[in-house]
Amino acid sequence: MTDFLLELRSEEIPARMQAGARAELEKLFRAQLSAAGLETGDLTIWSTPRRLALIAKGLPEATAAVSEELKGPRSSAPPQALEGFLRKTGLTQDQLEDRDGVYFAVIDKPGRATADVLAEAIPAIIRAFSWPKSMRWGKESASSESLRWVRPLSGIVAIFGEDLVACEVSGISAGFATRGHRFHCPGEITIGSASDYAEKLRACHVIIDHEERQAIIRDGAAKAAADAGLTLVEDEGLVIENAGLTEWPVPLLGRFDTAFLEVPPEVIQLTARVNQKYFVVNGKDGKLANGFVCTANIDAVDGGKEVVAGNEKVLAARLSDARFFWEQDLAHPLESYLPKLESMLLYEGMGSLREKADRISTLAGWIAEQYFPERDPDTARRAGLLAKADLATGMVGEFPELQGVMGSYYAEQGGEKPGTVSALQQQYVAAVEGCIPACVALADRIDTLTLFFARNIKPTGSRDPFALRRAALQTIQTVLVNGTRLNLKRLVQKSHEIAVANDAIRQNLENLDGAAVSVELLDFFADRLKVQQREAGVRHDLIDAVFALGGEDDLVRLLARVKALQAFMATEDGTNLLAGYKRAANILKQAGEVSGTAAATPPTDADAALLAALDTAEPAAAAAVAEERFTGAMAALASLRAPIDAFFDGVMVNDPDEAVRAYRLGLLSRFTGAVHGVADFSKIEG
Amino acid sequence: MRRRWANAAAIFCTCEGIAAVADGADKTPLSFQDMILTLHAYWAARGCAILQPYDMRVGAGTFHPSTTLRSLGPEPWNVAYVQPSRRPTDGRYGENPNRLQHYYQYQVILKPSPADLQEQYLGSLAAIGIDPLLHDIRFVEDDWESPTLGAWGLGWEVWCDGMEVTQFTYFQQMGGFDCKPVAGELTYGLERLAMYIQNVDNVYDLRFSDAVGDVAAVSYGDVFLENEKQFSKWNFEVADTDTLFAGFKAAEAECNRAIEAGVPLAAYDQAIEASHLFNLLQARGVISVQERANYMARVRDLAKGSCKAWIDSQSERWTAKYPGWML
Repeated sequence: MTDFLLELRSEEIPARMQAGARAELEKLFRAQLSAAGLETGDLTIWSTPRRLALIAKGLPEATAAVSEELKGPRSSAPPQALEGFLRKTGLTQDQLEDRDGVYFAVIDKPGRATADVLAEAIPAIIRAFSWPKSMRWGKESASSESLRWVRPLSGIVAIFGEDLVACEVSGISAGFATRGHRFHCPGEITIGSASDYAEKLRACHVIIDHEERQAIIRDGAAKAAADAGLTLVEDEGLVIENAGLTEWPVPLLGRFDTAFLEVPPEVIQLTARVNQKYFVVNGKDGKLANGFVCTANIDAVDGGKEVVAGNEKVLAARLSDARFFWEQDLAHPLESYLPKLESMLLYEGMGSLREKADRISTLAGWIAEQYFPERDPDTARRAGLLAKADLATGMVGEFPELQGVMGSYYAEQGGEKPGTVSALQQQYVAAVEGCIPACVALADRIDTLTLFFARNIKPTGSRDPFALRRAALQTIQTVLVNGTRLNLKRLVQKSHEIAVANDAIRQNLENLDGAAVSVELLDFFADRLKVQQREAGVRHDLIDAVFALGGEDDLVRLLARVKALQAFMATEDGTNLLAGYKRAANILKQAGEVSGTAAATPPTDADAALLAALDTAEPAAAAAVAEERFTGAMAALASLRAPIDAFFDGVMVNDPDEAVRAYRLGLLSRFTGAVHGVADFSKIEG
Repeated sequence: MRRRWANAAAIFCTCEGIAAVADGADKTPLSFQDMILTLHAYWAARGCAILQPYDMRVGAGTFHPSTTLRSLGPEPWNVAYVQPSRRPTDGRYGENPNRLQHYYQYQVILKPSPADLQEQYLGSLAAIGIDPLLHDIRFVEDDWESPTLGAWGLGWEVWCDGMEVTQFTYFQQMGGFDCKPVAGELTYGLERLAMYIQNVDNVYDLRFSDAVGDVAAVSYGDVFLENEKQFSKWNFEVADTDTLFAGFKAAEAECNRAIEAGVPLAAYDQAIEASHLFNLLQARGVISVQERANYMARVRDLAKGSCKAWIDSQSERWTAKYPGWML
């Protein structure tokens, strides 16, 4: 058993691609070796910005010899069949075995040296490697066939045991030599085997294990902050990114002018994180403090003083830009940005963002009036109008991620009501809580869905370029988190009505029938609801069973009913009733149209018992449904279980007497009808 | 090939750290012009022809035909030059310490990209006084794309202590055509680098040249502050938009005529002209979001058309000189 080391050294690999590259290397390596018949046990895969490394422990020296058996033609088959088989196997007839009149070829394949397998596998892996983006370089790139890699590939180390695995790709030959840290140890270093690789690199200022570098950054950044009496704002994404940018990470604490703290903390954090990849820190009061942690890639000769000073200067310049935007934006009320939305266009033919603001406003006000009567439609309208205004501000132009957040700050500074501030702040999150925020978020998303569906632009398969599925899902989440009782179809129709009031938009719509659009969208919502509820363990067939009744577009009520149904279906009464229902439905289906007159009175006691049970259960179930006591409705259905079982046990529906048969079919029809009053059991599986 | 290691010798690093910057830290940092002269000498010593700026208004050094057109085709091409670059919308009337509507880029093109391009580049930083064991130099992913040139490449922005000082790109396509072979492009932001090296916070405080004898030193502000004030005003407020629109149309028409006539270098001049007039129109705020995409597409068509005409005019010569070369 022998260990194998592979290092692929290149110019700096983007940090965000390193995890994927490790997975790709593992996948391709395993595939290559398994195709050659080699088991790969534990693999260690590491990455730095400048190298991908793989260590395979305990590979055999050679692949096992295998004996392959091929079944040939019958010995009685025509000679052509035998000739073909001999050609295929490369054997002669006397080398075949005749087993019970069938020829078999037994081909022994000797084992291959693992080193040879590896020498072929390495170039194959490099050529097959898939990067999110790859490039050509150097003089080889004059040809279209030149090697592609994420950045220029500069070296290969491939050592099996202590022996070189000689191979070559695009002029780069595998060897024992690699390089250390770009600045601390730029010369060549010679690797002896997989076992000294990591330590040799460490001696040359390269920590090959990305997880170790992550730990150094995570702990070092926390310590740098703690040493100054500050608390690091943890950010695992930054930890991983900085580990992907360094071979020798050194976290360093820097400071900025406290005057910048008047800018919203989100802005400071985003500037520091996105533009500079710095961590931010909190003070003892738990609020953002005037410090940051950057991660250098060197042990600077002055202990990092110059590095910190340089980074402080860069951040200060960035923050003064941000403060400039903050002050500029605040110089005018949020409302004054509305005219600028006129030149910001939505999807072709859907008008400007300014027009959308008006639609959101109108619809949000309507929702507040209709479904939150005790609340405040004026505020909903105001919040809807202002929702998108921050998209025209300088800050959001610079940091699009801060849309909504900046709007809420500017609204707050401008003295808008708390509901408006909260609506602006929450509008892009999935489940929006509170009356005014919910009105605005629902109006925004329903407007989007209605317009695209009325344009006949819908998600297909995996393509959903306008994120309509997400809009529907977020609508559902917002409705459910607030327990808002609203009629989705009516809401879509209202939204459609508002949209078509604009001539330019109406001209571009394919479907001018708001009711039809609302029906299509309700189906779309039903699908999203099933996906969304699956995680909560709600059965999709039960959602179908309730949606199939038609007319239900109140998601809160629908889910209450589905959940009661699911609880009922988990009981013995439920499963038996379902069995009885299916039997009844089958009989009714076979019976088709019933001719003849039904008997006037119950022919037997079993008939009478079912009739009596139906007389009680029907109104009870109907009343319970009307009062939204769905558990009560299930209880009413449960009361039918014993009578229906007894009925099927005691009587024959298809009685020779036509009048009796008609009577019983009538009873069954009433039974299924009573069940349908609660849910369409024909949709239930099981 | 077999290499035996008798025993696991003590592990230690045998290579030496990168050579520190020659003359120690107390030396006066380079003036703006000395930085340029140092880069000229550095790249000239590595085989680059030192060209002069292109004599037209352009947004970046990449627009220089020595980059755009010469990055196409099989012929080796190694040049370095300074390119004054104009970005009308970045003007701040001389009031912002970091933003200018006119600034300098130092541009290096090495085709085909040499295997040690990163090392050569780092050597140039050392030459202008940046010690990589004192300052944190990093290659951070930044893929370059120029929609107006129909060009893209992969590379990095190079950070020095968190500040972007250079764009480092391996050109993959130019004018919509594959670069075969690939050229490496280095674009240094000269003002930023100089501010860093000289440790000043305001671009106008940069030492442009040093005092010599009784001739006083000149600052960047002495040279350019008034320009920034006047050109910001002209770009944002004064420039006659009808004239600019008419100029755009004229340049577009002339570019197409020149392409027809088989003089792609002249056509490309008109594409550059149209691109700059478009930038001025943007600064004047008269191009709506909708029109913007349309204008950019028109400029791209001119640039692509010029590139194609350039290839057409040269490909016979290229294939004769480099048998087997194909676009």
